[in-house]
Amino acid sequence: MWRGVLAILRKDLRIEWRTKESLAGFVVLGVLLVVIFSVALDPAPADAPRLAPSVLWAAFVFTGLLGIQRGFVLERENDCLGGVLASPIDPATLYLGKLATNIVLLAVMQALVVPLVGVLLHAQLGTVLPALLLVLFLGNLGFASLATLFAAMTVRARAREVMLPVLLLPLLVPVLIGGVKATEAVLRGGFGAAAGALGVLVAFDAIFVVAGVLLFEQVIRD
Amino acid sequence: MPLLAALFPWAVLVLMLVAQWLIFVVVPTEAQMGIVQRIFYFHVPAAWAAFLCFFVVAGASAVYLWRGSRAADRLAHASAEVGVLFCTLVLVTGPIWARPIWGVWWTWDPRLTMTVILWAIYAGYLMLRAFGGADEAVARYAAVLGIVGVLDIPVIRVSVRLLHGIHPAVLTNKEGGSGLTDPMMRTTLYVASLAMLLLGGWLVALRVRTGRLEAEVAGLRRELEHV
Repeated sequence: MWRGVLAILRKDLRIEWRTKESLAGFVVLGVLLVVIFSVALDPAPADAPRLAPSVLWAAFVFTGLLGIQRGFVLERENDCLGGVLASPIDPATLYLGKLATNIVLLAVMQALVVPLVGVLLHAQLGTVLPALLLVLFLGNLGFASLATLFAAMTVRARAREVMLPVLLLPLLVPVLIGGVKATEAVLRGGFGAAAGALGVLVAFDAIFVVAGVLLFEQVIRD
Repeated sequence: MPLLAALFPWAVLVLMLVAQWLIFVVVPTEAQMGIVQRIFYFHVPAAWAAFLCFFVVAGASAVYLWRGSRAADRLAHASAEVGVLFCTLVLVTGPIWARPIWGVWWTWDPRLTMTVILWAIYAGYLMLRAFGGADEAVARYAAVLGIVGVLDIPVIRVSVRLLHGIHPAVLTNKEGGSGLTDPMMRTTLYVASLAMLLLGGWLVALRVRTGRLEAEVAGLRRELEHV
């Protein structure tokens, strides 16, 4: 099973590496959203660090929605998904492979956006980096667990550009709240204060990775 | 059984009237909030009915995915419609009460946030149904959403507690005693809730029947086209 997951991950990253289509969109959009939010909120220099967690997570959610849709649009073209489904891997493996790809893409985008927020909003990120990376990973896993499931679903629906955000945004509210509150606590230096928010993220990840593994078959079979 | 089904709407009507009589005539006016507190007897029962509907959506969705029964699929769809209706009622009656009591129509309190998120999830469910048509794939997608939605409810509930809150906890007040001082208030709440739940049950039954008839008509139309 893990060989299948790795094969999917390798295939998707290779496509990504050669076309750089979603990655370019991901990164540029992530940077742009941080700029847009900062300009719209127009914080005084002293208030800026307080806004950093909200700006970060709002940017991640909207960037992720766009980028993850793209991965399945690629599979639809020339019926690539049919080819993948004909290969000897089960839907759960395909789901985990796609999940891994999406987490990698999110992480690459964040590697650029997070330092940028540190600079633009004067947040002291360097000293709390290990804790921040853990929060980001838990948030990405939760985000990707549902986004992968629903992107596979809405890619075939009419008006898919609208359907994916409409279905995903309310479901992802715990990731947004948990991510923002955990990041806030980490930036204040107290990892202990983040316990409640980290608990929300871990619970969300556990529930929806399992749900995704079990339900993915229902959304990709024809 | 048919007799029971024929009597059911009338039973709902009588119970609804009894509930109105209790709410507007019998139950004493709350001392501090005054007359506006009576909207509570619509607000809370509607919230319970909405929750129940969303759990029925998940249960029926699971049965549909497991057994492929069209009846379960129609029950899930009907419950989602009625659940969104009740959830809308909660979101309308709440601000009417909040405006004189809190001084604002809306605040980002955990319970309010949670209700509006639930409303959005199931409004999205209805959108998915509306855009997809009567396709078998759409029924499966909706069932997945119905199950994911109910799994999300406890996580949303815990996560919104990380926000700041002011909503009154009427039945489970931790500072001892409930907000309902008069025993008649409790009775009224329970009768009003039963009436609301039965009304919901009747509406779901009507929508399930409509769905079955629609499927029948679609089947007949297909047959006629092939003749």
